[in-house]
Amino acid sequence: MAMVEIRGLRKTYDSGFEALKGADLQIEEGEILALLGPNGAGKTTLISAVCGITMPSGGSIRVGGHDVVRDWRAARDLVGLVPQEISLEPFEKVANTVRFSRGLFGKGRDDAMIERILRRLSLWDKRDSPIRALSGGMKRRVLIAKALSHEPRVLFLDEPTAGVDVELRRDMWDIVRDLKRDGVTIILTTHYIEEAEAIADRIGVIDKGRILLVEGKDNLMRRMGRKELRIELAAPLEAIPEALHGHDLTLEEGGNVLVYGYDSTAERTGIGRLMAAVAGAGLVVRDVATRQDSLEDIFVGLVARQEDAA
Amino acid sequence: MNLTAIASIYRFEMARFFRTLVQGFVSPVISTSLYFVVFGAAIGSRIDQVEGVSYGAFIVPGLIMLSVITQAISNASFGIYFPKFIGTIYELLSAPVNFLEIVIGYVGAAATKALFIGLVILGTASLFVDVTILHPGAMLAFLVLTCISFALMGFIIGIWASNFEQLQLVPLLVVTPLIFLGGAFYSISMLPPAWQTVALFNPVVYLISGFRWSFYGLADVPVGVSLLAIAAFTALCLAFIWWIFRTGWRIRS
Repeated sequence: MAMVEIRGLRKTYDSGFEALKGADLQIEEGEILALLGPNGAGKTTLISAVCGITMPSGGSIRVGGHDVVRDWRAARDLVGLVPQEISLEPFEKVANTVRFSRGLFGKGRDDAMIERILRRLSLWDKRDSPIRALSGGMKRRVLIAKALSHEPRVLFLDEPTAGVDVELRRDMWDIVRDLKRDGVTIILTTHYIEEAEAIADRIGVIDKGRILLVEGKDNLMRRMGRKELRIELAAPLEAIPEALHGHDLTLEEGGNVLVYGYDSTAERTGIGRLMAAVAGAGLVVRDVATRQDSLEDIFVGLVARQEDAA
Repeated sequence: MNLTAIASIYRFEMARFFRTLVQGFVSPVISTSLYFVVFGAAIGSRIDQVEGVSYGAFIVPGLIMLSVITQAISNASFGIYFPKFIGTIYELLSAPVNFLEIVIGYVGAAATKALFIGLVILGTASLFVDVTILHPGAMLAFLVLTCISFALMGFIIGIWASNFEQLQLVPLLVVTPLIFLGGAFYSISMLPPAWQTVALFNPVVYLISGFRWSFYGLADVPVGVSLLAIAAFTALCLAFIWWIFRTGWRIRS
């Protein structure tokens, strides 16, 4: 069963801005889904609609089988949210604010549980510090601790590592992997592609209020990951020799490099045939290199293609 | 009903109150003392009695109402405005709590604080003048109801306000004049007849009149009417808050 099921979700703000234009998304139990998209793509609106912060203009959302509008209490019981903005009571103490979150979700006081969470997030030493005395990274951890305090089955992390240093980012990824081990379903939005590449099981790409695709990360990279063979020549060419016209080649860097695009997962890549043809045409090869698209290239390509279509 | 959530909100809000306990108590005590120096001693010495009660004692119920109403409004409006301002309201909106639970938590805490302060002022006042309370039960009931209804009003103001100036606007422009013109320092019967009629449109008149009755048995309007007025005001505020949460006005986009 899908843990989160979003169908035809639309949201038009009072200003007339259409943030979501019929988004469909299914998130399976226990997976990490990274929602990738440029600024203003609709990521935060989508999360806000699931969590009950924004009222959808149309479509339906179910969490754990509960409709978020009709059966809102049961749905919200399951969901934890770590917002993008650092929003915390500055004068409150760390442990108190985390305890408050647990109570707000109707769960009885459990100091052992709060201690476990604070220790895991390296906040235990700061438990009695007022929040305003914490660094930005620590505050972000407090937000995570608050979201975890009520033992959610689904956790939304809205740009969890925006403006966070490298060390803390890796730490955050470890925490996310830990949570996954506990069976928590995790949805994180990011525009750091390395982040999605590092921890996600599946990747959704959202742009201009529509989900462009959702696919397993490895699959996506394999399917869309074009590989390039770059052949550097000893002498520049004016044009591609006639003998090589049968191959899908382009000439780059002032005629110094022949570029051959191929699918690395295909049965026949055509590399052998090409190299033989290159030698046959009497070209002198200085160097050969291959290069694979990163998720970033795939993403930029997808978004650009959508813009062309529009 | 998510009782744990109500208790959590209430405790969280009361914690804020206890953090600023000194300011919370010292300022009403000082301002009450000032009122007694000015109205009780300086002016009161030239006024003998109002309807058989010394002027100093006569203004005690009005003074308590003045503080309780301002405190209830400012505590409740700040209590809900602050999470909106710093963004922590996301948590309330995404939690499995309904409007009634949120209101009980916030308004309950704000009303408790106002009640504390009302009792502190009553204590301070009894240091200056002889205060008699003919109907202690009715006195407490009026006090508690006033705390709750104006905390509800403060909650609405806090949700409506989109900056700190607006937060001050309604208490300053509407509530303070209504209280001063509501017979806090005089009896409505002391006004010219035409102004007596105008005064009857001021809801605070009914509150202060009923409250003063519980002290000295003196009332500008019948006690039953006072009770009805405060019940109607409470119901109005509740209805408005229910509508706010139904439509998400100023809180859910």
